[in-house]
Amino acid sequence: MDNNELRKHAANVRQKIVTMVYDAQSGHPGGSLGAADILTTLYFEEMDINEANLKTTKRDRFVLSKGHTSPALYAVLDEKGLLKEDLKSFRQLDSNLQGHPNMNEVPGVDMSTGSLGQGVSTAVGMAIANKLDKVPYRVYALVGDGESEEGIVWEAMMAAAHYQLDNFCVIFDQNGLQIDGNVQDVIGPLPLKEKAEAFGLHAVECDGHDYDAIKAALKEARETKGQPTAIIAHTVKGKGVSFMENNYAWHGSAPNTEQYEQAMKELKGED
Amino acid sequence: MAQETRNAYGQELAKLIQEREDIVVLDADLTKSTKTAEAKKVCPERHFNAGIAEANMMGMAAGLAASGKTVFASSFAVFAAGRAFEIIRNSICYPNLNVKVCATHAGLSVGEDGASHQSIEDVAIMRSLPNMSVFVPCDQYETKAVIDYVADLKGPCYVRLGRGKVEDVFNEETVFDFTKVRVLKEGKDVVLFAMGLMVQEALKAAEELEKEGISCSVINVSCLKPLDKEGVKKALQSHKKAFCLEEHNVIGGLFSAVAETAVQTESCPVYPIGVEDTFGESGPAAKVLKKYGICAEHVVEVVKAH
Repeated sequence: MDNNELRKHAANVRQKIVTMVYDAQSGHPGGSLGAADILTTLYFEEMDINEANLKTTKRDRFVLSKGHTSPALYAVLDEKGLLKEDLKSFRQLDSNLQGHPNMNEVPGVDMSTGSLGQGVSTAVGMAIANKLDKVPYRVYALVGDGESEEGIVWEAMMAAAHYQLDNFCVIFDQNGLQIDGNVQDVIGPLPLKEKAEAFGLHAVECDGHDYDAIKAALKEARETKGQPTAIIAHTVKGKGVSFMENNYAWHGSAPNTEQYEQAMKELKGED
Repeated sequence: MAQETRNAYGQELAKLIQEREDIVVLDADLTKSTKTAEAKKVCPERHFNAGIAEANMMGMAAGLAASGKTVFASSFAVFAAGRAFEIIRNSICYPNLNVKVCATHAGLSVGEDGASHQSIEDVAIMRSLPNMSVFVPCDQYETKAVIDYVADLKGPCYVRLGRGKVEDVFNEETVFDFTKVRVLKEGKDVVLFAMGLMVQEALKAAEELEKEGISCSVINVSCLKPLDKEGVKKALQSHKKAFCLEEHNVIGGLFSAVAETAVQTESCPVYPIGVEDTFGESGPAAKVLKKYGICAEHVVEVVKAH
């Protein structure tokens, strides 16, 4: 898919994200917006996922380890035409669109996540299963840089490298911010590339908003044999909405009406 | 013949993994102690060592189960249920995945390793998780039957196993029904509910008490959850007193499970006989168990004192 089309889909995904969080007056817009280009590239370019294989495990799978950015996942599934649920039901009572994704309620959600770090670990299990079953499907996991402070992330890296899971690709969404501020001020999880390499992964950095760069990194991951690949994608938290960009205050808060209208204008390219 | 329940687990798992392609075994650097090494011997390609990383082991188990595998994940109870608790909660129980956490070295009978390794709270925390079934087999035969049972049961299961040898309560011919509590001995005064190694102690205690004129029923509770409430209720209503015998803290385990049923029905008084909300210590298993009252002699004393 050419970059202009990806850009259009990503703009729609971002509008859906902001609208979901605005409607619910709850949710995590910053990290969702920051991951929108990565998810759009995965779902529209890289992964083999469609209506026919959606409910099976006989396809590429994606684990949103940073489960709080569920609006990005729901939005991209919706944009792809794979989501049955109404985005307006996000975070509402009796809805399938839980605050953090539930795999048993939404086809296309490949793992229930929300407790940070665990998604990477479960994705490693899926990659082992694909190796056992001798199937060619790949497993992707998206992890936050703040999330990488969880020890289980590195336990999972060790296992993925040990079992030579070249069908596994972990994407670090490095936006530099977490709830309490700059990741380096909070505890200092960086650098990620050197850590991933030390744990036995092939590692590549890219601009997480440049489609050519994301595509190239995913291709490099696909072509790397005998070891898993870590993609360190540099992103801007809140990307696309000027007042949300690089502002950790938008990690988990909803816009008011004025802010929402401003955000939508920007995302529609009207501003 | 006395046998370790962990040995029986290892043998049964080695059999199952050869019979069933869907079974995958995970361990965390304790394969020789948990006995999953037996399964590895016969099927190395479906046995994965997570290293000393119980949290990741449970996460990988969830991912394998989400791919259609039936996963057995083993470590010592204190690490499996304790350290990896939140991964079991969020990545296994919440998505209701088919993972069988088979935890060995539960309770004070770990012996010499001491309190850090003696899990006395695992049944309590596993029992509190939605979707989780909890089993505590009392001998080698029941262990093998439990392992077969959970292999066919959809969803998460916790199986509590021991390090030391326990006497045979059953035999090769025994047919098990894990949806029911099992009356091992009928008496009319007192009922002794027991789980795990306390079943053999309950039988010994009942014999002693019989000599002193106290007629005891002994009931083996090997499925703590879902509990056979009707079976428990029936026993509570047909005896004068009930005692719950467990190699576990008196908070959250068998006593709590029975008491939860008792307070919702007409019931005789129910008393705990277990670890009195304290940590254990190092020592030969038999001596540690005796010191903390996890033995027939103590059961006899307590029952007589009530």
